[in-house]
Amino acid sequence: MAVWMLLGIVVLAGTSGEIAVTRAMKQIGEVRQFHPRALVGVLGRALRIGWMWLGLGLLAMAFFSLLTLLSRENVSFVVPLTALSYVVGALMAKIFLGEEVDHMRWMGVLLVVVGVVLVWVG
Amino acid sequence: MSVARRLRLKTYVMIVLMVLFGAMGDVLLGKGMKETGGIALTSLTSIFDGLKLGFHNELVWMGMLSLIIFFICYLLVLSWADYSFVSPASAVSYAVVTFLGWVLLHEAVPSVRWLGVVVICLGVFLVGRTPTRTTQETN
Repeated sequence: MAVWMLLGIVVLAGTSGEIAVTRAMKQIGEVRQFHPRALVGVLGRALRIGWMWLGLGLLAMAFFSLLTLLSRENVSFVVPLTALSYVVGALMAKIFLGEEVDHMRWMGVLLVVVGVVLVWVG
Repeated sequence: MSVARRLRLKTYVMIVLMVLFGAMGDVLLGKGMKETGGIALTSLTSIFDGLKLGFHNELVWMGMLSLIIFFICYLLVLSWADYSFVSPASAVSYAVVTFLGWVLLHEAVPSVRWLGVVVICLGVFLVGRTPTRTTQETN
């Protein structure tokens, strides 16, 4: 029971954290300058957006849940299951960010999931 | 250069950097943490004790620096590209890491794993055929 709950937190907190971070970065808009000084400015602006902090918090939560999970279960059991994040992530990006996930992208995402599972099973 | 083409090029460069620094960070961090004796993943306290030991190791610091660069590249690419594009596309790192381990470290790679690498590459190829960005710039 606890294992599945932790796994759920890893996947859900992880992907929603990344979605929140994406939302913050989209709010900043396309970065066009890549001088170190410009990048520091971008990061400074990012840290003033609430979504960024929410995202970082969720990612930290997912990270520590993953560590806890790894302390109890095998990596080869945990990692293939976390590959589900790719599906959950695409779904959340469609719902919360309005991204268009067409058939080709879905096929790609599903193949990536299958591939990651095979890599870890092998 | 058209907008779509420029975004695609920028996205590819960033994903290459992410794969590079992500893999380097993982290897350095892994090596460093093993040098310090590894983390006993038995309880949260022992995990934190292990992490504290890691802070005294140079490789751990270099690994963390790599991962910070990885994360910054990740943030930057998400400022223009779809999350549902970047996230599956960066899974190409599994293929790169497997391939590098095989070439550089002469690791034995079971055939199921090679199959996984091929399937991942196929998936990334399909995702790569879709537009990098499907949402409108808000500002």
